[in-house]
Amino acid sequence: MKIFSYSIFLFMFWFLLSGHTEPLLLILGLTSVLLTIILVKRMDVVDHESYPLHLYKQLPLFFIKILREIVYANMDVVKRIIKPGKRTISPQLIEIPVPQKTDLGRVIYANSITLTPGTVSVELTNDKIIVHALTKESAECLAGGSMAKLIPD
Amino acid sequence: MFTAAILAILVTMGLALARALMGPTVYDRIAAVNMFGTKTVLLIAIISFLSDRTDLLDIALVYALINFIGIVAVLKLVVYGNLYSSEKENPKQLNATGNDN
Amino acid sequence: MRPEMIIDILSWVCLLSGSLLGIIGAIGIHRFPDFYSRQHAAGITDTLCAMLILLGLGLQAGVTLAAFKLGLIFIFLFFTSPTASHALANAAMHGGLKPELDNFNKENKS
Repeated sequence: MKIFSYSIFLFMFWFLLSGHTEPLLLILGLTSVLLTIILVKRMDVVDHESYPLHLYKQLPLFFIKILREIVYANMDVVKRIIKPGKRTISPQLIEIPVPQKTDLGRVIYANSITLTPGTVSVELTNDKIIVHALTKESAECLAGGSMAKLIPD
Repeated sequence: MFTAAILAILVTMGLALARALMGPTVYDRIAAVNMFGTKTVLLIAIISFLSDRTDLLDIALVYALINFIGIVAVLKLVVYGNLYSSEKENPKQLNATGNDN
Repeated sequence: MRPEMIIDILSWVCLLSGSLLGIIGAIGIHRFPDFYSRQHAAGITDTLCAMLILLGLGLQAGVTLAAFKLGLIFIFLFFTSPTASHALANAAMHGGLKPELDNFNKENKS
């Protein structure tokens, strides 16, 4: 079932990238999709991590929220850059706990931390992330755990 | 208007290149080159709209992927000194405070 | 005002503010003192700058295949840039590069 939806997805992807509608090219595209499916089945890589169908309800909301976070964080860092003066930043190295249970959730959390400017995840272990934060405020905001609630698990 | 955006991106690329040349650590250089690559993707995208040839977008797409792979490969080469070791045993100790040659 | 004109103006605003953010980020990687803080400045040019420029181009393109490809470029950048940043920061930390910190009471992991 998963393989089936994956092949439809792949064919849509091929069609949108190429934009061809001639029958010959369509058949060639279908062949390439089938070849990919055979390879993928042999490698056994289509699982809940590489193809997270079970997150389909949470992901769109998550993207909207993370985009908002990115915009706010960007404005803060831009302010720090253009503010004159010798030292406008206060770098911090903090440890924050990871509430997510699955590997996928942990990776999404660490990636979202890195994606928002002002915080970079330096080290990810099973139950904590070491984060380098540009300012005290962003470190405190992250330690408060408001972002951890956004992440689908 | 596209020209202004292209000029701004070229300025950004120049500044990133200056950081890549100045260092001081090897990680600064790699980060600057990564930024340079991202700007190249945007530059190709704008040029494809300026010259009205949207096929160039495919090249930008591939460049975005190759840039990522290249950065990770160069990073591994710098840290381990080779591309074949998969163990995390003995990463080459770099002279972290100073220069990387 | 005609709707095309509004879309044109919107896309110009997006393009110009994105370019401005790029320049600001590039200034940031020269102003900040150490590698880890420079990563944050580079993060601006990887996220909001790229987002705005691609959005501006997408508004110019309208609903076409080109817009879809722009969205794809955005998604690739969205997934790969934090991975590359994390790999860089992790390698720098394990390579023994000490960050300049304000909270000295926390000992540094190395």
